[in-house]
Amino acid sequence: MTEPVSVQFLSVLERLACLSRRAAASQVNNLMTRKLSLSLLGLILAGTANAEWALNMPKGVTDLSLETYNLHMMVFWWCVAIAVVVFGVMIVSLVKHRKSRGVVAATFSHSTTAEVIWTTIPVIILVLMAVPTAETMVKLEDSRDPDLSIVITAYQWKWHYKYQDTDVEFYSSLARESLGARRKQSGIDPFSVENYLRDVDNPMVIPRDAKVRLLFTSNDVIHSWWLPAFAIKKDAIPGIVNEAWFRANEVGIYRGQCAELCGKDHGYMPIVVEVIEPEAYAAWIASHDGER
Amino acid sequence: MNTSIIDAHGHDNDHSGDDHHGPAKGIGRWLYSTNHKDIGTMYLIFSLLMFFIGGTMAMVIRSELAIPGLQFVHPEFFNQMTTMHALIMVFGAVMPAFVGLANWMIPLMIGAPDMALPRMNNWSFWILPVAFGILLSTLFMPGGAPAGGWTMYPPLVLQTGDSFPFLIFSVHLMGLSSIMGAINVIVTIINMRAPNMSLLKMPMFVWTWLITAYLLIAVMPVLAGAVTMLLTDQFFGTSFFLAAGGGDPVLFQHIFWFFGHPEVYIMILPAFGVVSEIIPVFARKPLFGHDSMVYAASSIAFLSFIVWAHHMFTVGMPLTGQLFFMFTTMLIAVPTGVKVFNWVATMWRGAMTFETPMLFSLAFVFLFTIGGFSGLMLAIAPADVQYHDTYFVVAHFHYVLVPGSVFAIMGAAYFWLPKWTGHMYNEALGKVHFWTSAVFVNLTFFPMHFLGLAAMPRRIPDYSTQYADFNTVASIGAIGFGLSQLLFVWVLLTSKKGPKATAEVWDQPQGLEWTVPSPAPYHTFETPPSLSEMDSHH
Amino acid sequence: MSGTANDRYYVPHGSHWPIVGSVGLLFLMVGVSSWLNGADAGFYIMLGGFAVIVFMLVGWFSAVIGESVNGLYNDQVDKSFRQGMFWFIFSEVMFFAAFFGALFYARNMSIPWLGGDSNNFFTNLLLWEGYESTWPSNGPGNIGGDYEVMGPFGLPLINTALLLTSSVTITIAHHALIAGKRAQLSTFLAMTFILGFVFVYLQGVEYVEAYEHLNLKMTSGIYGSTFFMLTGFHGMHVSIGAIMITVIWFRVLKGHFSAGNHFAFEAVAWYWHFVDVVWVGLYVFVYWM
Ligand code: HEA
Ligand code: HEA
Ligand code: CUA
Ligand SMILES: [Cu+2]
Repeated sequence: MTEPVSVQFLSVLERLACLSRRAAASQVNNLMTRKLSLSLLGLILAGTANAEWALNMPKGVTDLSLETYNLHMMVFWWCVAIAVVVFGVMIVSLVKHRKSRGVVAATFSHSTTAEVIWTTIPVIILVLMAVPTAETMVKLEDSRDPDLSIVITAYQWKWHYKYQDTDVEFYSSLARESLGARRKQSGIDPFSVENYLRDVDNPMVIPRDAKVRLLFTSNDVIHSWWLPAFAIKKDAIPGIVNEAWFRANEVGIYRGQCAELCGKDHGYMPIVVEVIEPEAYAAWIASHDGER
Repeated sequence: MNTSIIDAHGHDNDHSGDDHHGPAKGIGRWLYSTNHKDIGTMYLIFSLLMFFIGGTMAMVIRSELAIPGLQFVHPEFFNQMTTMHALIMVFGAVMPAFVGLANWMIPLMIGAPDMALPRMNNWSFWILPVAFGILLSTLFMPGGAPAGGWTMYPPLVLQTGDSFPFLIFSVHLMGLSSIMGAINVIVTIINMRAPNMSLLKMPMFVWTWLITAYLLIAVMPVLAGAVTMLLTDQFFGTSFFLAAGGGDPVLFQHIFWFFGHPEVYIMILPAFGVVSEIIPVFARKPLFGHDSMVYAASSIAFLSFIVWAHHMFTVGMPLTGQLFFMFTTMLIAVPTGVKVFNWVATMWRGAMTFETPMLFSLAFVFLFTIGGFSGLMLAIAPADVQYHDTYFVVAHFHYVLVPGSVFAIMGAAYFWLPKWTGHMYNEALGKVHFWTSAVFVNLTFFPMHFLGLAAMPRRIPDYSTQYADFNTVASIGAIGFGLSQLLFVWVLLTSKKGPKATAEVWDQPQGLEWTVPSPAPYHTFETPPSLSEMDSHH
Repeated sequence: MSGTANDRYYVPHGSHWPIVGSVGLLFLMVGVSSWLNGADAGFYIMLGGFAVIVFMLVGWFSAVIGESVNGLYNDQVDKSFRQGMFWFIFSEVMFFAAFFGALFYARNMSIPWLGGDSNNFFTNLLLWEGYESTWPSNGPGNIGGDYEVMGPFGLPLINTALLLTSSVTITIAHHALIAGKRAQLSTFLAMTFILGFVFVYLQGVEYVEAYEHLNLKMTSGIYGSTFFMLTGFHGMHVSIGAIMITVIWFRVLKGHFSAGNHFAFEAVAWYWHFVDVVWVGLYVFVYWM
């Protein structure tokens, strides 16, 4: 850090105070007004494709990411159902059983039947949730017989990818465009940077429809490799190797981020995976092999 | 009353004169106090102060996150704010607030003259300013305050600068304070109850605190052990968290969460107790299922020891471990559900009125339940892989902690304030405080669910532009929520101006605390209350 | 106990000892911290804080002893002290549990995992190839270099005998106290703390042996870490316990305690038994198995 903390802290307060004045002179202004004028409702009604991404977990592009999504929705709907019942009863009570409506309070204070019922029903619901969840978990752990293994080593603050049984290996760190804009008060509008903070110089490339095993470790502190579209988040721990696997069904570019606090630039170590057709992948490997 | 006894021990009676009938004069009253009410007051004021300091740090966080791009702080300082915010809120605001309530109310509720070990009670409190003085001073040290998150995971936390040992020892001190406070609570409850108050006759607040105190004694020493190992790894070359030496960084996480999960119930069980006191009063109906509430709280406490690794579904645990921790975690929904259902059943066919304490309690039931639901979602291990370390988790725990624990504390403050000060607070302002808080708290934390699902990680100072809108909403909400709390302070400061409160304060509340005058005299129940007063409870 | 105050629960009115304790803690913690950070002055600040805390303990306990001797405590107060002591010891048990937990984790989880067990095949293959899990171990990195194990026989066995004997002697002393045999009481109490101090001394010898001849150090990987952490904190507790027993012994000589009123004695005895039990756990899991 460059300045003493106390100075920084004061300057924060100072800047908070003059935010509006300063903003008037810069493009931050448009940005702020744009943001502020956005109503929550308008936001939810915004374009459907966009809305799904913005409001809910992505379904992803692997079978297991879809299963994960379905589990998430299943539990979610169970919670909604229970909420409707519990809050429904409560709201009825709040409306009907008020002193201002002249009701006289009842005096009952327990009912064993009721207690048994509302202990048993949640247990049943939980079992219904647990069974499919456990099934998915068993599949998630089964990384045997992959078509391809990649060792991913985390560094403060970049990733290193090494394709097993080849010479292909490279570092992957935050893309140049974001680097400039991310600096404090850089004067660059993040909205003008494509994939701000979510782009890298060298993406990880893998073939569609191949079972890929990822082996994670770290060179310094704990990081966590997270790619939402594959439903993979695994900690990269120094001295330990963790495993995960996936099989991507669709070509495309998928983005994620480091998900475990790893120091000052934790917010700046994105992950990009390009899924390409197997033939293209073969060519890619060939062109990179031995390049080192 | 035998005054000669009091005089017989004058040698330890510093500066206190004949203080038996009232408080000592001057600063000595507070520094040397052995009076549970004074100590309770100090705890409450301290916790409010910490709430504001921690809240100010939250404001720094939310300001930085209001729009994409780095505006105000450097990433390192941002991480310091996150870390300190959490440590201060958890150990400085919420826990001491509940200890303060315990100090004030437990002796009154069980008919005891004071806490069982009054001098130690004083020490429990006075360790806190030392602990937090040390912690806050780290902001001004080379390298700044700790920035590794409140969870202090190694190896990252070992990169902390000069503030590292200060962090460790301030955590030790917080633990010391909590352990002594918890011992006091247990001994008071077990040993000082009025004759004939059997355990199952105790009010719910006392019960939940008894269970909380057991949790504290069981887990605070474990946290102390964990941070001690950090210290020796850093300065004495041990290898607890170093794989090359045969240790494991993940070992710290296991020990931390063995403490950490019970810790979150430490922050919610007394809240359950508070709400269980308030709702019956304003529903004018006895608490539904008192005994099953006791069993539920005990089950929650028991289960809390065997769920810890649900914070660690991404560390690469063997499958059986993951399954075990998932199932046990899901089980906690059952006893917690019992509590929620019992509150609703208490309201059912009551004759409700909606004074400020009741409003906070009702919001608690709604919003805590929402936080509980997101907790249950987090328990689903494969889904947690997606949620973990995102704003979905941040949303979850702020729902259980802010409209959960903090709302319960505020409800308790309004509920018992007339008993403390002898005056009714300004009900209209109280309601305004409630409604602004309730609206803004949702505006702050609800959008975080969406952010998390849309894959925004937590503990980042800047984010990609697709998260901009909801972050702006959350920041506006946070500032609104923060400003609303100024109203709370105003209500507290002006509370002495209100009309005189009666001993009962509310409409026929049950319990011993309502049998003493308002304000509660400096010394109460010096002789145990009589049996008939006892029977009025339950 | 059966003083004049039987009817009322004694609530002291104001005490400056806690705040003195807090000031002591402030200096102690700030001192240790800055010392660890490399500031020499920190060491003296630490000593100062420590002195204040000792001063506080002496003052606080004197106040309590004075009150007790003056008969201000009724049975209920006595019960509070007992329960308070019990839960304090329980918190100590949990403190040790953290370190025992670390030991068990290392032995049953992390070491086997580094050797490739469970779902850690690749941990071993890619990072620690050739490492075979055994206990004791200083890890695949051979941290701290080769060392020899501290076996269960020799000093540790003698120490076990010492501590177990001391548990017996303190019990004999207790019975003597109840039976009013003052001479027997003071003799066996003295034997107890002497055994305690001899234990601490022998542990010191053991540590010297470990450091000088076995190359077994705190830095010897997880084995050294758990070994010194557990035995070190235990030794600290033995020292504290032995000091407390010494204090009790002096009080016995001064004629404190009666057959019916000797909570302080019992509290220290409980503490001593606790220290003893922890040692048995240590002996089994650290030295023996
Ligand atoms: C007061 C604090 C508090 C409370 C009470 C809870 C309660 C719960 N918490 Fe939460 N939690 C935290 C504070 C709290 N938590 C904090 C601070 C963190 C993050 C720490 C960090 O990483 O910094 C966290 C993180 C956290 C995680 C880890 C997330 C991650 O990092 O990936 C998980 C995972 O399982 C979890 C689960 C739960 C569950 C299942 C409950 C349950 O107790 C909830 C039970 C309640 C209900 C379910 C609602 C009411 C019940 C009914 C109406 C009955 C019927 C219901 C059903 C059958 C579904 N919590
Ligand atoms: C009891 C615990 C508690 C409480 C009460 C709060 C209260 C709040 N928290 Fe906190 N929080 C945690 C516990 C708590 N939090 C924990 C454990 C973490 C995880 C840390 C980690 O990752 O390590 C966390 C992390 C955390 C984050 C994520 C940071 C990150 O991941 O980088 C955010 C972001 O919005 C946040 C916001 C808030 C806000 C806006 C409040 C508000 O409710 C605060 C409101 C209070 C005030 C604002 C103070 C009172 C008012 C004034 C001082 C008047 C002046 C006000 C203005 C200038 C507006 N918290
Ligand atoms: Cu790497 Cu966070
Ligand atoms: Cu938890």
